[in-house]
Amino acid sequence: MKRPEPFEVFQPASVPEAREFFRKNGPGGHFLAGGTDLVIAIKEKGLVPRYVVDLKKIPSLSGIRESCDGSLTIGALTTMREIETSSVIRKKYPFLAQSAAEVGSIQIRNRATIGGNMANATPSADVAPALLVLNAKVKISRSGGEKIVLLEEFFIGPGKTIMEPGDILTEIVIPPTPPDFRGEYIKFSPREMMDLAYVGVAVGVVVDGSRKICRDVRIALGAVSPTPIRARKAEPLMLNQGITPSLAERVGEEASNECKPISDVRSSAAYRKEMVRVNTKRALLNAAAGYVENLSWTARRDRRY
Amino acid sequence: MHTKIQIRLNGKMQTLTVPPFRLLLDLLRDEIGLTGTKEGCGTGDCGACTVLLNGKPVNSCLVLSGELEGADIVTIEGLKIGPYLHPVQQAFVQEGGAQCGYCTPGILMMTKALLDENINPTEEEIRFALSGNLCRCTGYAKIIQAVQTAAAELRRSYEEFPSSQRRGGCATNKMPRSH
Ligand code: FES
Ligand code: FES
Repeated sequence: MKRPEPFEVFQPASVPEAREFFRKNGPGGHFLAGGTDLVIAIKEKGLVPRYVVDLKKIPSLSGIRESCDGSLTIGALTTMREIETSSVIRKKYPFLAQSAAEVGSIQIRNRATIGGNMANATPSADVAPALLVLNAKVKISRSGGEKIVLLEEFFIGPGKTIMEPGDILTEIVIPPTPPDFRGEYIKFSPREMMDLAYVGVAVGVVVDGSRKICRDVRIALGAVSPTPIRARKAEPLMLNQGITPSLAERVGEEASNECKPISDVRSSAAYRKEMVRVNTKRALLNAAAGYVENLSWTARRDRRY
Repeated sequence: MHTKIQIRLNGKMQTLTVPPFRLLLDLLRDEIGLTGTKEGCGTGDCGACTVLLNGKPVNSCLVLSGELEGADIVTIEGLKIGPYLHPVQQAFVQEGGAQCGYCTPGILMMTKALLDENINPTEEEIRFALSGNLCRCTGYAKIIQAVQTAAAELRRSYEEFPSSQRRGGCATNKMPRSH
């Protein structure tokens, strides 16, 4: 395995310092979060950084905070393992904790960060669909101030976001959800662990308790379009309806029409489309059934088939 | 191009002058001479290079030396307790949990991290914890068995000598229960 070419590593103590450093040193620099993408790009894809700015010594960038209005702020440098095991996230959004647990191994998740994962904009990122159904926003620090955008508008292509060189993603903000919001994430992949999603489906529903009517429906898909997407045409089909198997089936079909998968070593485009249909239906029915517990991976696997 | 870092390595404070772009794996093996940590894939897929960084298991093939200022690192060479094998090591010997042995240091470090947090893991929890450690020889059955034996032995010794539990791992060595 190739070894990195020489470069300096700097560890600024604050976001302004990091940005200033980047500005002064000019092109060829890379920000480093967990390194599970950057170091692999250096070793496998021939990336040669001129210098690296490590963000891990910036205290304001990590941690999970719940505000009194019910919104949740996740620092960009929070690791996947921290999200997976956070008691706040496991209680409020177990499917988000689960989506983080689906990434790589514990060793990887102890390093990989949620901000780094979003900034790298891999179409198959597991937490992206979960965050999309939570209407998450990202906060970006850039020259001239801060910018807050919906995660849905943040991704623009495989590996591409609206961030410009020198921008730093600082926070993921999850706005409050209604108390009866229920989410579900299904990672579809033939291996239970250590693989990328062939298809990722997250759904979020708000079901009116007494009449079992869907007051809010959100569906997000990973690994089946140039970016993680919301299935905006499928969602309204279920609005103000009861979640029945036949309706879930129809919504799944619509979601499958909406995505634009590619064929690659993992699967053909046609198979991905089919799996979007099946798993959207499963996710909706699971969410309606109210699996709010953090299930073990074997239970998760068993209820998928 | 060198940078000075201070780290705690297997319990000893060390000041090192290292190239910042050097991988932690290479720093350990080539510059410090601790060759117990192995390189399998170099890309975070196999877990052979697992060490504890600030108490948490990580792939040392993906860590840069320039990130290490103030870090606490434990490698397979730091597992022994004085002249004695750590119960995790002892259990792998007893159960035949190693064949060629190449994956073993990484698996032992991951097992240590698991048992530091969860002294009574189910088989499912063991498989979940070890999912990032590939072994091409054993078929995993004896590895799982060894982890269970190590866990039983640790539970037994903690019962017998309650104070040893506190000495079992460093203070930062807390890993939340996996699910
Ligand atoms: S060598 Fe580091 S994970 Fe394989
Ligand atoms: S014992 Fe040979 S790879 Fe595990």
